[in-house]
Amino acid sequence: MSGEEFVPLSLTPLLIGTFAAIACALPGNFLVLRKQALIGDAISHVVLPGIVVAFLLTGVISTWPMMLGAAGAAVVAVVMIEAIRRLGQIEPGAAMGVVFTTMFAGGVLLLEQTDTSAVHLDVEHALYGNLESLIWLDATGWSSLLDWEALAGLPPELPRITLTLAGVILFTWLFWRPLKISTFDEGFARTIGIRTGALGMALVITAAIAAVAAFDAVGSIIVIAMFICPPAAARMMTNRLETQIIWSVVFAITSAVLGYVLAGYGPLWLGSGDAVSAAGMIATISGLILALAAVFGPCRTRAGAPSSA
Amino acid sequence: MLWDALTFQLGYNATLVAIGATLLGISAGVTGTFLFLRKRALVSDAISHATLPGVCLAFMALVALGGDGRNLIGLLAGSAVSAWIGLLCMNWLTRHTRLAEDAAIGAVLSVFFGLGIVLLTVIQTMGVGRQAGLEGFLLGSTAGMLWADALIIAIGGAATLMLVMIIRRPMMMVAFDPEFAAARGLPVHRIDLAMMGLVMAVTVVGLKIVGLILIVALLIIPPVTARFWSERSDRVVLLAGLAGGLAGYLGAAMSASAPNLPTGPIIVLVSFGFFALSLLLAPVRGVLAAILRHLRFQRRVHIRQGLLALAQGQKIYEPLTLRLLRRAGIVRADGVATEAGKARAAKALRDEKRWELVRSDQAHEATAALYDGLRDIETVLTRDQIAEIDRRIGGPQGVLT
Repeated sequence: MSGEEFVPLSLTPLLIGTFAAIACALPGNFLVLRKQALIGDAISHVVLPGIVVAFLLTGVISTWPMMLGAAGAAVVAVVMIEAIRRLGQIEPGAAMGVVFTTMFAGGVLLLEQTDTSAVHLDVEHALYGNLESLIWLDATGWSSLLDWEALAGLPPELPRITLTLAGVILFTWLFWRPLKISTFDEGFARTIGIRTGALGMALVITAAIAAVAAFDAVGSIIVIAMFICPPAAARMMTNRLETQIIWSVVFAITSAVLGYVLAGYGPLWLGSGDAVSAAGMIATISGLILALAAVFGPCRTRAGAPSSA
Repeated sequence: MLWDALTFQLGYNATLVAIGATLLGISAGVTGTFLFLRKRALVSDAISHATLPGVCLAFMALVALGGDGRNLIGLLAGSAVSAWIGLLCMNWLTRHTRLAEDAAIGAVLSVFFGLGIVLLTVIQTMGVGRQAGLEGFLLGSTAGMLWADALIIAIGGAATLMLVMIIRRPMMMVAFDPEFAAARGLPVHRIDLAMMGLVMAVTVVGLKIVGLILIVALLIIPPVTARFWSERSDRVVLLAGLAGGLAGYLGAAMSASAPNLPTGPIIVLVSFGFFALSLLLAPVRGVLAAILRHLRFQRRVHIRQGLLALAQGQKIYEPLTLRLLRRAGIVRADGVATEAGKARAAKALRDEKRWELVRSDQAHEATAALYDGLRDIETVLTRDQIAEIDRRIGGPQGVLT
């Protein structure tokens, strides 16, 4: 395909999808190892009321209030889950289930109660996102990448998700050793002076930020899938955390690119006219990768890697 | 208006929805209890999301066969098949790979839901203007509910409930102690699958009313609510059914009483209301009960410490202790002990001395373990034993003033 077509229509959605996938997959590695994988699921449900409340307060669809609202809702959810777990002595899974379904129901109710027909805010949008519509109209070809005027017309989601990705990478890099130690042996981490409680909280907050930023760009379904599928598939490939992270990034990129391409062009190859949902396709591809890894991965069983590894 | 809805006066559709929601709430509450006690509450999340591709495929198949794509039985059958496949995938991932259950839940949930969304967009491009009903399965849509739909929900709910009642004992045993159940020769894995199958049945039945995202709430919140009120499993099951049914009934009635109140979310919020009330007010496990318990304990500790201080002639500065002692008639307003107070203080000091002896004596080891600084020694030793200890302490040596 020529640059004139590819750059404006496909480059930015591809980049946004890929960056969002990596930003979710990185903290996902630790969450999966810590058995907190469903935090992504919970966060992506609770951001809905946050976004609706932000919209009600400001009256406009603009990004920053909504991101703040979503982040606020995530914090409220974490506090509520902890409170219910401690006060009611309820197992964490059930406490999580109580909180995120209730908040999601609240969000749907608020949405129905307010007149949002004039603006683009609905549940479906929150679920699937609109990756396909994040096009770069000012671009004319590859040369636009060096053209400041055209660059100013980039969809604002791209710099935002890039920034988030940079933040996530920075967090992982800075806290690599404490994260690694406390993930595998929390007791030992405490004895050598790592504040595991604060670190765990920081990890959840990082995940929440990544989820909210990605959610804004690509919808919640990719967020949940990318938090879990690439790290889980990578977990089947190796016993070393470093290698696992590299694999998970590879898997995240593969699912994003392959999913986007298949969603956009797959139906054309099959002779049908219209594209299907890219977000859904990316999640599906990541699931296929996980299935392959679960069946053929060298380290797929509990016993671990073959002895030579 | 709400009263009309509660007494089924708001017309045919509202009545159907209310009855359906009540039945659904009961069966979801009862079934969910086993899941909650098994500590696998979030499995329902994976099952419910895994219904979406089945609904879409069933719709496509129905249209391809020339039928009406919105045939509820066909759609529900499709959703059941794909939920079952999702369930098996999840089980396989947990049992045969190193992934923990939460990762398996998340993986199945997101991948099946993603696939469902892809299929939804395919249906949208099929260009048959008949897909309008499908989005309703995400969040439930009760507006166009038919008599036949209500009948399916009622029969499905009742059948699930009956199955639960039949296999409740093995399920309960597995929920509480899987190892013991396995040792007794129960097929734990198959019972687990049966439990999940029942959850799946409830999910499928509930798709029409509350939708696949919120059915999870009906499976989790009522059991958690019921758990606050009882320590007996059979009562928790009954209470969960009651809470779920009541939430379904009230929620459906409220949503019918005013415009723009979608049924599913309202039912969930009513259910959460019950939960919040239970969290605060339940006896023993509730927050209020815990606070009262704490205050009572605090009061006993302060009085005890105050009495010991009085007996040893020490001045008390702690304001709360002083206030409590004054209220109990142990000290006067100026901080001097009353006659009754002196007697109680002497007794407290003597008891402390008795405890000291008990705790240093190997013969009383079991009793000594009960010492917490508050327990009256008369409640753990017989009169003879106390007399024996008193003999070793020696006679009273007068109260210090």
